[in-house]
Amino acid sequence: MALLEVRDLRVEIPTRRGVLTILDGVSFDIAPGEVLGLVGESGAGKSISGLAIIGLLEPPARIADGTVTLEGRRIDNLPREEMRRIRGARIGTIFQDPLTSLNPLYTIGRQLVETIQTHTTLTTRQAEARAVDLLKQVGIPAAESRLNAYPHEFSGGMRQRVVISLALCAEPVLVIADEPTTALDVSIQAQIIALLKRLCREHRTAVLLITHDMGVIAETADRVAVMYAGRIAEIGPVGTVVNRPKHPYSAGLMGSIPTVERRLDKLPQIKGAMPRPGALPHGCAFAPRCGYARDLCRAERPELMRTGETESACFQYDRRWEKAHA
Amino acid sequence: MPEASRLPEKPAAGAGRPLLEVESLARYFRVMAPWVERLLEGKRPRLLKAVDGVSFAIPSGRTLAIVGESGCGKSTVARLVAGLYRPTQGTIRIDGLDAVHAKNATERRHIRRQLQMIFQDPMASLNPRWRVRDIIAEPIRAFGLVKSRAEIERQVAELLTHVGLAPIDGEKFPHEFSGGQRQRISIARALSSRPRLLLCDEPTSALDVSVQAQILNLMRDLQREMGLTYLFISHNLAVVRHMADRIAVMYLGRIAETAEAETLFAAPRHPYTRLLLETIPDPLKPKRDREPLAGEVPNPLDPPPGCAFNPRCPFANERCRKERPELKRARAGHGWAEVACHGVEEGRI
Repeated sequence: MALLEVRDLRVEIPTRRGVLTILDGVSFDIAPGEVLGLVGESGAGKSISGLAIIGLLEPPARIADGTVTLEGRRIDNLPREEMRRIRGARIGTIFQDPLTSLNPLYTIGRQLVETIQTHTTLTTRQAEARAVDLLKQVGIPAAESRLNAYPHEFSGGMRQRVVISLALCAEPVLVIADEPTTALDVSIQAQIIALLKRLCREHRTAVLLITHDMGVIAETADRVAVMYAGRIAEIGPVGTVVNRPKHPYSAGLMGSIPTVERRLDKLPQIKGAMPRPGALPHGCAFAPRCGYARDLCRAERPELMRTGETESACFQYDRRWEKAHA
Repeated sequence: MPEASRLPEKPAAGAGRPLLEVESLARYFRVMAPWVERLLEGKRPRLLKAVDGVSFAIPSGRTLAIVGESGCGKSTVARLVAGLYRPTQGTIRIDGLDAVHAKNATERRHIRRQLQMIFQDPMASLNPRWRVRDIIAEPIRAFGLVKSRAEIERQVAELLTHVGLAPIDGEKFPHEFSGGQRQRISIARALSSRPRLLLCDEPTSALDVSVQAQILNLMRDLQREMGLTYLFISHNLAVVRHMADRIAVMYLGRIAETAEAETLFAAPRHPYTRLLLETIPDPLKPKRDREPLAGEVPNPLDPPPGCAFNPRCPFANERCRKERPELKRARAGHGWAEVACHGVEEGRI
């Protein structure tokens, strides 16, 4: 059984000029211990998906439709207080900027102990021992003496390690990591990815890894969902999506990433830019930028269709494609 | 006193003489402790050596990329060349003229006209209250290149078309454009005074990958058409691979290695260059389950003695911890590189 089930999730923001649909019909599962990568460009709805799952959507944004089920229990309609207990205990979170996730006025020891005691019945001394143990696990040197240090006394990479230890301190079953390495330099980024992978494997924690960096996804994820304009364009095993993408958008996205392997005379590029919510074209949102688009794509919105190992929201894999006019 | 880390640049066949020559360039910043601490604890200002003896030259029409992690001094180099900071030491020659101590106003003007800058965040570098046509026309007006309004309008329309926008877009304001389009506007503005040298400081780092590809392609097309020379600053080696003819890898204010782009990627010599290449996550070649090298960039206020990379270097020995290595010519695959590493010099690496 899936650990997390997201079904037909729709997120809306009511504005003076009408309701903006930010996410529409987003569905995916995460199995226990699995790493699902969520990629897409800015504004595609990746972060909103993560926030909707943990119930941290900023009003007026709201879940308008769909369900989120964790360990067989619906969590999208829980009262605030109950949801607060699930966050931290069952779902841990790691955000992009470690400095904003940590309270600058408290020592990291105090923040760890507080978080541990919120979710367990440990005494302060036991919680402190657990905090030291956690800091050791995330590779902080001289962990005992660092308990009394403040966040500003750590470097960016070390701070992100502290945030990871906070996210894991109550042994959650799922961690939502939103751009966990984007603020870090490449050599530090590699350390943090390796750490996150090792810890989640050891604790059998599932991860929803949200990032715009296809390289990070390829290193880390088991499966990947490519998002475009608030919907999933393609979802499948990471190797297939990276090497043999089926959706024209994932193919274009993969092609446009410069690699160190070779120098091309011209990088393949997708013309135009992603439409903003509220200005989505009729039919497939990618159709205006797509080289394959036919009249069918402009008339109707494609749902995810199975094509080999992946599912792709593209009419090329529909029975009606052959009869459609270009 | 920064020693000159000499870089005898061999211009490739067909390339002109260097448009930009930088020699033993250094810039130190005085870092003050907060006022109270200075008063109560008598803390002294400390010296941050952001750039400490950097030399390079870019032949006309080519691209030199400076790569490195945050705080390595790469942006400071660009700002020094642009004249936004005065160097603590060293010389900058643009088109053969001393850019730091220009003889007179005419010469200073001539030097200034040779270069323009493109920054990372186009929203921060475009005035939100100006129409795009005025933003692009500003350098033309500032240098008094064209007098008649009709001619300015014609040139602005031409520039907009050149960077892939429509002449009618000149009537709009910056906020009406997407990030990629805004960067096109920055490029049009930079080109409007017809410079020969563009200083590009992380020009695509704030953009999504599909848009990044558009901007990088545009920049290369413009270089080919107009014979532009680029100093390209980036932390992204994959982007640099696509843009640069020659690459300089910086670490804590100094150049660790420099070589032709093909040579550097085919046969990196400096352990830091290798670390950088090793740690890039490549979507097509995921290096799953590797254990990356530990350690972080040291505090630039308190750099380690000897080679700045020695605390993270698996090959470091006693000499590396004491003596600072200078750039020396070394064989790199089928080519040559300049490497500041005792291990490479001694043949250990």
